[in-house]
Amino acid sequence: MSASTYTIVNLPDQATATMPKRHYINNEHGLLSWLFTADHKRIAMLYLMSITFFFFIGGAFAGLIRLELLTPQPDLVASDTYNKFFTMHGIVMIFLFLVPSVPATLGNFLIPIMLGAKDLAFPKINLLSWYLYMAGGMFTLAALVLGGVDTGWTFTTPLSTHYLNTHVVTAATAIFIAGFSSIFTGLNFIVTIHRMRAPGMTWFRMPLFVWANYAASVLMVLGTPVLAIAIVLVALERLIGIGVFDPTKGGDPLLFQHLFWFYSHPAVYIMILPGMGVISEVISTFSRKRVFGYTAVAFSSVAIAVFGFFVWAHHMFIMGVSNYSALVFSLLTMLVAVPSAIKIFNWAFTLQKGSITFETPMLYAFGFMGLFTIGGLTGVFLGSLGMDIHLTETYFIVAHFHFVMVGGMLMAFLAGIHFWWPKMTGRMYPESMSKLAAVVTFIGFNLTFLPQFILGYLGMPRRYHAYPQEYQVLNVLSTAGATVLGVGYLLPMLYLAWSLKYGEIAGDNPWQATGLEWQIQSPPLTENFTEIPVVDYEAYDYEWLANKTEHEVTTVG
Amino acid sequence: MANTIAAHHDAELHEEHEHVVLPQHRHHFETEEQQREAGSFGMWLFLLTEIMFFGGMFFAYLLYRNWYYPAFVAASNQLNVPEGTANTVILITSGFFMALGVWAAEVRKKGLLVVFLILTTIFGFAFLGVKADEYHEKWEKHHIPGASFDVKEFINPAAYGLHEEPLAPDMAQKTQVFFFLYFAMTGMHALHMIIGLALLFWLTWRAHKGDFSSGYVAPIENFGLYWHFVDIVWLFLFPLLYLINRHPL
Repeated sequence: MSASTYTIVNLPDQATATMPKRHYINNEHGLLSWLFTADHKRIAMLYLMSITFFFFIGGAFAGLIRLELLTPQPDLVASDTYNKFFTMHGIVMIFLFLVPSVPATLGNFLIPIMLGAKDLAFPKINLLSWYLYMAGGMFTLAALVLGGVDTGWTFTTPLSTHYLNTHVVTAATAIFIAGFSSIFTGLNFIVTIHRMRAPGMTWFRMPLFVWANYAASVLMVLGTPVLAIAIVLVALERLIGIGVFDPTKGGDPLLFQHLFWFYSHPAVYIMILPGMGVISEVISTFSRKRVFGYTAVAFSSVAIAVFGFFVWAHHMFIMGVSNYSALVFSLLTMLVAVPSAIKIFNWAFTLQKGSITFETPMLYAFGFMGLFTIGGLTGVFLGSLGMDIHLTETYFIVAHFHFVMVGGMLMAFLAGIHFWWPKMTGRMYPESMSKLAAVVTFIGFNLTFLPQFILGYLGMPRRYHAYPQEYQVLNVLSTAGATVLGVGYLLPMLYLAWSLKYGEIAGDNPWQATGLEWQIQSPPLTENFTEIPVVDYEAYDYEWLANKTEHEVTTVG
Repeated sequence: MANTIAAHHDAELHEEHEHVVLPQHRHHFETEEQQREAGSFGMWLFLLTEIMFFGGMFFAYLLYRNWYYPAFVAASNQLNVPEGTANTVILITSGFFMALGVWAAEVRKKGLLVVFLILTTIFGFAFLGVKADEYHEKWEKHHIPGASFDVKEFINPAAYGLHEEPLAPDMAQKTQVFFFLYFAMTGMHALHMIIGLALLFWLTWRAHKGDFSSGYVAPIENFGLYWHFVDIVWLFLFPLLYLINRHPL
């Protein structure tokens, strides 16, 4: 019946592995073949390069912020320049790095392969969304070059519409366009997951990475349009002076807050959910076990997406929402902790009695679990009304969301990049060097953001470029940590680039993993599968794999 | 071999479904059926994002209507109900021709399809013409929010019993919020019409070339969904803006 059969490879083949002659990278040549490609894997690589570029721009601004805060005096830059620094850091990191990072790179590369499809449902729309991302990025750079924006990334009205004479409209355009990029990515993923699954790939055989991206896509598709309309209204209010947010004309600035946070709180889950998907894959592979409570982990992604839409008003506890709505939103906010905790506990149970090995992706995954737990627990502090009133707009909140988004999301992104690097490039990264980078990142991260919890608790407000003398020790620690963290990010940049030419040949399945993506050659062919696979096994079936190694694997032919 | 991943031939899958491979078939879909379903599902999802997009403005409208009720009553009395009604009829007619167009494509009648697409286009333009006339009227009456907004004409015919009295000055200013939302919502709707008309020209040209007479009807079907969505948004806008506040007692 079938001409060729995919068999899960059960012996390390790295020693004898050779680079395949034909794959998606060398299938076509020249710059234009990349700029007009409709191949999801090439688009993923385009995203990887551009997202890395913007990450280092955002990181440079983080460095400038930490440098200014080294001393209590405002001695590096003036206050409005400092405002532009943190605004640019926020806009770039959130809209151009955290939101697209895992879905647009790893998701684009892997989702069709994990489902047994040859491409995403709409390859041209996929390419369009990369161009929209780049256009959004260019508008952001334009806003920067023209003189910067100093509203903060939240564009709070009427500050943004009336009192700040900077390039708000340019930045708003950037976010509007980048927003469409993420709408189209989400739309493409949802249709692909519904309609492109290979025969036998049922919903509950899908890898958890796919589930996590599915939930994040739902958030992108439903949330981003609301951000788009809020941003359009801000731009209109600035340009032609209409008064939908202007209290002097009968408008209400709180309306902006509702519309903005209706997207921007779910956006946190858009950022973190795909990262959680990465962690599920990594933990399962390196403990050689099926993810404990697979169904619970899958549904917890959906639950996070659903709850994520009902918590936005906790950003307004101190801005004049009524006591009753504050109470309701406080409870709903804490409810989100439940599905997140389900994931953490299930990962812990997966590890229990597993044959754990500590490859680099696993180190990052452990980092994720530790840091995300701290970030999540401090989120419960902030969700409680009384605590929130004391801690909001202080460095406590800065530390909290950096723990979730940098400690969580960025660790997951690095775990995923290392984990799938052999698949994407066909070559291994240098193992000891990358372990060092993971450890340096972890130490640097904690040194940067743990002092900020204390600073916030003591009352240091965010967004100020000068502070009283007694906060200096903790700020110096934080800036020192940021330097270590910077080294931790630069290292993978360097050795991953090095590995492209000098890395060991990876072979098809260096981790002996069970996912469909490991059953095809590395790097894959342009069409992924020469013949569409029929799936008749559950995801992460490592118990079977362990038994199988004792016998000769017969090939159906 | 419980745990191997076997593979099907493409040919086998095609045999099962008895499909003719059309030139529009994209390589990464296994069957025509899959391609058509994916396109249609994608369109529905896109319309969902559109609902969320308009939803932000509907949310603002309901909120402000609640707060500034007399202003919204007075302002909605200044809208041109006959023109709005005419436009509702025109747009529904246009949607009716579009539905006939989808039918014509499905029964592979090329000539009828072109005729219905042209009729859809004509009624679409008629809608925009009436809308432009309404906008012009607002300009002449100084009802465009911003610099030259004039509040003199706003009276609340029913709120004060038989007497027609002007609104209190601070409430009268709130009519600007109504007109801003009126222009934002109808303007965004008109923008969707303009994009739709541009697509109609392209589809009519392709229908004329015979692209949709072979059983490949996905673009016509999906555009039909878009056009009906634009109709439906108007069917919400018309009562909300023109009708519901006119007789508040």
